[in-house]
Amino acid sequence: MVVADDLFKALADPTRRIILDELTEKSGQTLFEICSRLSMKHQLGISRQAISQHLATLEAAGLVETRREGRYKFHDLNTAPLRHIVQRWLTPDPSEPEESTS
Amino acid sequence: MKIRLTSIFVNDQAKALHFYTDILGFVKKHDVPVGEQDRWLTVVSSDEPGGAELLLEPAGHPAVKPYRDALAKDGIPLAQFAVDDVQAEYERLRGLGVRFTQEPLEMGAISTAVFDDTCGNLIQIASQSQ
Repeated sequence: MVVADDLFKALADPTRRIILDELTEKSGQTLFEICSRLSMKHQLGISRQAISQHLATLEAAGLVETRREGRYKFHDLNTAPLRHIVQRWLTPDPSEPEESTS
Repeated sequence: MKIRLTSIFVNDQAKALHFYTDILGFVKKHDVPVGEQDRWLTVVSSDEPGGAELLLEPAGHPAVKPYRDALAKDGIPLAQFAVDDVQAEYERLRGLGVRFTQEPLEMGAISTAVFDDTCGNLIQIASQSQ
């Protein structure tokens, strides 16, 4: 399971939340499409390298998955880690181990 | 200064001619043998036979493959063509078996889509939104 810290860190950034919004609209996008959406729809002047970094952070948190199809690489949304957040506070599972604060 | 010709690398000129004419609808303009196998092969838009030519250039140089593979991986198109209606063109080309890496996307004033030209390139089509 993905460490909760990675998940919350990934969600803390507004640009990464916009990327998730765009992947919610359509999963399975190339880096080029994600860059186009951020610049054209959201007027965000972010470099392709910076967007790659954001995608890597989202991938590390389990929110984005990548797949290769031939020469092309596509990014898919994976909302499964979010379910864990909902269950943690809205439907607590008594068997859930407590988070270490050390 | 005027732009009369632009070029795109293609893996196979015969296959490229088929795709760019029979599928995309361009018209062959020049086809001149150059060297042993290569051709000076250009196409133009059927709407503008006197317009800019697209050179379908052999991709034999060793620098071409890594350059194009890196761009393809990130989904970056190597040329853009103007169409009247991206959605209609997308449906027409899909019907002919063309593979898209980006479906029609409306972004403010323009709509775009990106497809694979079967010759090693991604191509973007764009139209002004209605």
